[in-house]
This record gives sequence, structure tokens and C-alpha cells, in this order.
Amino acid sequence: MRDLKEYELDVVDVAWCPGCGDFQIMEALKKALAEQDLKPSDVLLASGIGQAAKLPHFMKAHFFNGLHGRSISNATGFRMANPTMPVLAIGGDGDMYGEGGNHFLHTIRRNPNITNLVHNNMVYGLTKGQASPTSPLGFQTPTTPEGVVNAPVNPIALAVSLGASFVARAFSGDVEQTKETIKAAMQHEGYALVDIFQPCVSFNKVNTFKWFKDHTYYLEESYDPWDRTAALEKAFEQERFALGILYRCERPVFEYQLAPYGERREALYKGRPDPGKVQRFIEETYV
Amino acid sequence: MARFPVGERRDISIVLCGAAGQGVQTVEQLLVKLVKGAGYHVFANREYMSRVRGGNNSTEIRVSSQPVRALVDRIDVLIPMSGGIRDNIRARLDDETVIVGDREALGEEFAELPGTFLHIPLASLAREAGGRVFANVIAAGVMAGLFEAPEEIMERYFRKRFGHKSRETVDRNMQAARMGIERGKELASEGTLAFALQPDPSVEERVVFDGAHAVSLGAVSGGCDFCCGYPMSPATGVLTFMAQNAHTFGVAMEQVEDEIAAINMALGASFAGARPVVTTSGGGVSLMCEGISLSGVAELPVVVHLAQRPGPATGMATRTEQGDLELAVYGGHGEFPRLVYAPGSLEEAVRLTHRALNMADRYQTPVFVLTDQYFINSYYDLDVPECGSWEVERHIVEAGPSYRRYEMAEDGVSPRSVPGYGEGIVGVDSHEHDEEGHVWEDFELRTRMNAKRLKKMEGIRSETVPPTLVGPKDYTRLVLCWGSTLHIVEEALRQLQLPDTALLHLSQVYPLPAETEGYLQQAEHVVAVEGNATGQLCNLLRQETGFLVEDRVLTWKGLQFSVEEVQAGLREHLA
Repeated sequence: MRDLKEYELDVVDVAWCPGCGDFQIMEALKKALAEQDLKPSDVLLASGIGQAAKLPHFMKAHFFNGLHGRSISNATGFRMANPTMPVLAIGGDGDMYGEGGNHFLHTIRRNPNITNLVHNNMVYGLTKGQASPTSPLGFQTPTTPEGVVNAPVNPIALAVSLGASFVARAFSGDVEQTKETIKAAMQHEGYALVDIFQPCVSFNKVNTFKWFKDHTYYLEESYDPWDRTAALEKAFEQERFALGILYRCERPVFEYQLAPYGERREALYKGRPDPGKVQRFIEETYV
Repeated sequence: MARFPVGERRDISIVLCGAAGQGVQTVEQLLVKLVKGAGYHVFANREYMSRVRGGNNSTEIRVSSQPVRALVDRIDVLIPMSGGIRDNIRARLDDETVIVGDREALGEEFAELPGTFLHIPLASLAREAGGRVFANVIAAGVMAGLFEAPEEIMERYFRKRFGHKSRETVDRNMQAARMGIERGKELASEGTLAFALQPDPSVEERVVFDGAHAVSLGAVSGGCDFCCGYPMSPATGVLTFMAQNAHTFGVAMEQVEDEIAAINMALGASFAGARPVVTTSGGGVSLMCEGISLSGVAELPVVVHLAQRPGPATGMATRTEQGDLELAVYGGHGEFPRLVYAPGSLEEAVRLTHRALNMADRYQTPVFVLTDQYFINSYYDLDVPECGSWEVERHIVEAGPSYRRYEMAEDGVSPRSVPGYGEGIVGVDSHEHDEEGHVWEDFELRTRMNAKRLKKMEGIRSETVPPTLVGPKDYTRLVLCWGSTLHIVEEALRQLQLPDTALLHLSQVYPLPAETEGYLQQAEHVVAVEGNATGQLCNLLRQETGFLVEDRVLTWKGLQFSVEEVQAGLREHLA
């Protein structure tokens, strides 16, 4: 177990509201890294735009803070070029399921070894409280004054149906369990989704800390995450939401199948390009 | 009786046309190989409709005893594989054209056309060979017979193409080809149709490939180890090359869900230290603009191959235009350094794509390679590029414990490290950021960082690729062009024999090479030739140098200029 102080920056101006669930997710993440004995320079945090996506600016690790919705694409490209370094793609529900919805679908299909942490507070925090793709029906916001009429995205059902190789849900209020779930996701080989319920204290007065507490429960010991039908059933539960690893399966890891790898997995930057080889290829192919 | 070439010409222009799915492209590939194998220089370019079956596609093949690299309107021999040829082909026929085809299959369509019709019973020969599918192979065989091309070239082609299927497929194709070859030899010996060109022994050592391969080869010789893209005409050839040769060159390659993913994956890979290339057309670059802007602020090297086609929006999907120069120069929000290359020849495409990877790495910024459909689908013979001796420059440093990604640097280029190389932390950000890459809203920081990035333009400007001057150095009149029109304008000018007139070709269009202005100043009269409606290079020149090129020969119909069109256009301004 490493000291959590290792992940602290010398100077930091945390822009989250007091009481925001993001603090606990960051704490859980630091603990998960520490317990896996990962130094800040052993791991990459990729993120997009939004309050959650600011996380890499508030702790120490390699970071790629890119565009809104694109962090899993950045993370996938990174893994394709460096199949050895653990990568986490971090963002909120708007970032991952809205702007990044298409990439979310196709990343699941690819199954790169990425841990995808989605801070799901069912509202847009950074832009001050508009509806998000996971906002419940009827949810009133400045842009949905008469309440949300679009059916909310069900990320768990979506991920399970697409065959995501690891699908879990956590609640930020339980740092210990969130940490354990993040650890399990990171140790999983392939794409791992961790949808993390997290109260937005400023803009979501419906899905509060208490609401999440009242509307969640932990999966029982006997639950079999390898059973896809059972996972889908759990995913569609409406009254109370299951926490824990809902689904897992074994699938080949995307980047390991790419031409440069195989037995030897080494970051591309270590390779030595050989223009002579190209010239020989030209002579053999096109004469 | 017809004998080519006619008069003072030194080349023969053969046009094949047929419905999509009829194997026009196969005949084209085969003919290029055969003609080159027979010792002649060759140029081929195809135009095709955006459909998988039907329609009418054509390919032009020029055969010459001297290097030949441009599109002409003139058709010496037309080989229609099916009826319903389009007006743009009809208009190019004249009394000297010989149409080689099957009268029964084509009907009376050709009766009223100019030229001589030469009947070859392709349909019945094909039936004899085993089915209609062989008609194209027989047609290729006829040409092979006329050019006395060695049979083994054909056999090698079939083995490569069908060898994985069965020996029988190869044999049947060869059998069909031989039927054509016999017919071709007969025509030649009867004197009905004869080609009299002098073979050039140096052709044997030369290679033939097209623009898509030229860009791809330049990329891999420049150390490209990562490629992704969404299929989009005419840029797909590069994606296909990378997929098919990924193992040979160790390229991490993926066909992705959209262009937004493509550029963002490439930037993720770039952050990891890869040398990425993304390939797309103008529509794709429109989608990539935000990512290109990210490359600018995050200072992540990336090479974008933009193969132009007519726009706006979906435009004409399989046609050509030089309409995206402004997109390449201005695409993406905010201000950041960039480079745009527009190769004029296949040699340049190999060299400049290689260079694009080095420059992207050195200046940590996006670099465009601007081609177009005409260029991508043109092939001709050239000397083997000596890329074995070209350097792949790496500019990655090890990160020490106090490493900062955006350290201030005199030339604006902060030492770049990648995660995992050394113990330091590497961070990049799409926001304005401090030296470590963290976000602070600080106006002084913003001023400093933006200035640092833009400072890189000075270095970029100091090593631009100079323009090429063709013709007299003491010219008084100058014809200006860029990108794929180089050889077309060159040939047009050679034939026009205009005194005191030279050609200036730009293969780096942004930033403009410093020499450009001097070349323009020397001329009393400048005419620009561009494949777009608004004269985008002229407008860029005006903005960057203040020099106004008023006389412009422009086309935006969806086809690249022919030599004849450029001649006609220049004659108006210069004759």
C-alpha cells in the first residue's frame, strides 16, 4: 500500500462544490491505485470535459485532459500505442453517454483494456444544471422546464447488451466499496465500465445522497456476474438499483491483437523505424 | 487500318469504359503492368461514379516511349466494355479514334460516333473461354498482343490475384487472356491496328504505383506506426494499404466508428509516442476540426492526409477538386501552428509524407498532406524512391523527476516526453494550461503559452519546401499551380511553347515558402491554374504576401484539368 500523499499535487485549486460526490470518487481512486502499488507515473488518467473530467487536474498521475466526450477514444489510441500502461477514462454521464455516446458503443465492441469511470449524477454540473442523458423522466431543469420527456440512457443495460466484458455500478457515498469496484475493474483485462452514482449537491435536488442511499442495494454473494440474462434483469430494475459487478465475460483484448504486438508487448515509441525495409518492399512489390 | 501514335505525338491514349462491376479496374491494373512490362512508360487515371454496380466508369491509360504523367482529353483507342457510354467520353472522340469492341454486344450506339469501329467478338470469345466474366481479360489480352507484352506478366498478375483461390482459376484466366493476345497479334500483323513506339530499357527498373500507395509508402518510411480512419472516398486507399501491410510495417491500425474517433485515437496514440496518420477527405476533416485544434493546443504531433473531393458537404463523392486548401489552412478553432503539403508528383508524395511525420514530431503540431481523387487514383512509372537513406527523426526525451510538458523554450518547442519514458509526469490538456499542463485561468499564462505555441511558426517557416520552377529562369511570364496539377500544367506549357514563360509549382502551400514572393515579383504577368472555383491559392497569396494574381484558369466540374483544357485556358491569357 502506497501513501495516498504520493497522488497529491503541490498546488491545486479543486473546483468542485463542497459535498460533491466527486471528492469521494477521487479518494476511492487514489486508494485503489495505492493498494495496487501503482505510482503516479505508472498510470494514465484520460478525461474529457465536465466536472468529473477535471479529476486529473486535482491529483497526480499522467493525464490527457482532452475534448468533450472523446476521452475513451484518446484512451483507446493510447492503449493501441502503449499496451502496457494502465489507463482510466474518467468523465461524467453527459461526457460519456451524451457527447461520447457513439464512442461508448464502439469502445465496448472493441474491448480495449481501459477502465471507464463514469460519475453519474444525472445532471449537467459544469454548465449549471441542464438535463443529462441519464436524467429521470419528468426531471425539471432550465432547458427542460416541463420536465424531461426523453427516456434516460440505461448504461448498464446498454453495456451488458453490447457484451461489455466488465460492467459494474458503485455509489460514491461508499468509498470503500467504490475503491474495491475500481480495483476489480482495473484488474479486469478488457473494457471495464464502472458507473458511479454521485450526488450533485448544486443542481440535482432529486437524486440526492439520501435518494441514492434509499434506492440502491448491494448484489447478494450468490449473484453470478457471468450470467448475462441475470445481468440484464438486474439492469432493468427500476425501484432500487443494484451495486457491484453486474456482468463480466471473457473477450480478447483489442490492442493485444494489433499487428505490432503478439508475444512482445512494448510501447510503440520504443520501436525503431526502418525506411530501408520500405525501400525493399517497394522494389519487391511494384517493379 | 490505324497506326498509333499519330503525327508528332509520342504517346497513345487508351480509354477503357464499362459498367461498375465489369472489371474496368482489373483491366486497368493489368494493362498498366503489361505496358510497363513491354518496356513503355505508362500513366493511368480512372474516373468513376459513386455506385457499386452499373453506371459507367472509365480509365485512361497513356502509353509512351517517354515518361508521361498527365491526363489528356484525346482518345486514340476506346475500348467500351458495355453500351451507354457517357457524354464526357463521347465528346472526346474524333475521327482518328479507333473504337475496339463487340458490335453485337454494343448494338448500334457507336454507328453514328466519329472514329473507326473495330469489331472483336468479345462476347462470343468470352463464352468460349467459360463465361461473360472473361470479356475484360480478353480485352486486356488484345492490348497485350498489340504491345507484344510478355505473357508471363499476365500470368504473374493472375497468380497473385487468384492464386489463393485455385490453380484452375489462374489457368482459365490465362486461357482467356491468350485468346485476346492471339487476336491482338493478328490485328497488328494485318496492320489493322498497330502501335509503333520505341521501348525504353530503363522502364524495367522502374516501379509503378498510385497516389494512395505513394502517400502510404511515405508514411511508413516516415515511421508511421499508427493509422486509423473511417472509409471515405478518395482517402480509403491509404487506410486499405495500412490494413493490408500492418504486419509488414508494424502498424497499429483500426477502422473506427467516425472521423471524430479517428483523430482522437490518433492523438491518444501520439501522446503515447506513436507516429500517427489519419486519412480522410474534406467531410472527414470537417468532423476532425475540433481534434485538429486539440492537436494544436495540446502540442501533439499528427499527420492528416486530406484527399480532396468536391464539396460542400457530400459534394461528388468519387470526383476530384482542389477545394479544401482553405479547410487545411484554417480548419480548427483558435490560433495554432500547422503545415500543409500538397505534393505534385508521386515522388513528392512519398517524400513529403515522410517529411510530414518528421515535421509533426519536431514541431508537435498537425501537418496536412493535401491530395485529391485525381492524384490518389493516378499511377505512373517512376524510379524507386531512395527512402532507405531518409532519416526518421525522433524528438522524444526522457522525463526527469521535475519534467514539465510545456516548459518554456526559446523556439517554442518544449521537450516532449511520453508517459512511461522516465519517472516524470506527462500531462496534456485541451484547455489553456500551465507548464505542467494544468488548467489555470490566468491571462498572463494564456498570453505566454499562446505566444510559445505560435513561436513555432518561425521554425516552421525557416524550413519550408521551396517551390519548383520549370522552364526558363529569366522568365517574364509565370504560370502558378499547386498540388496535383503539376504535370498537367507542365505538359500543357511544353506543348504551347510560349516564350519567356515558366511554371512555378507549390508543394508546400502553408506556410508559403519565402521564395514564392520573389518568383512572383520577377514576372510581369502571372496566371494561376487551380482546380477550384474561387482561386484559393491566389487568395492565400494575396493575404500572405499582398500579391494579387488576377488571371486564373479554374475548374470545378468534378474532374481534374486535362492537358488540353489547361492549354486552352492559358492560351486565353498568354498567347
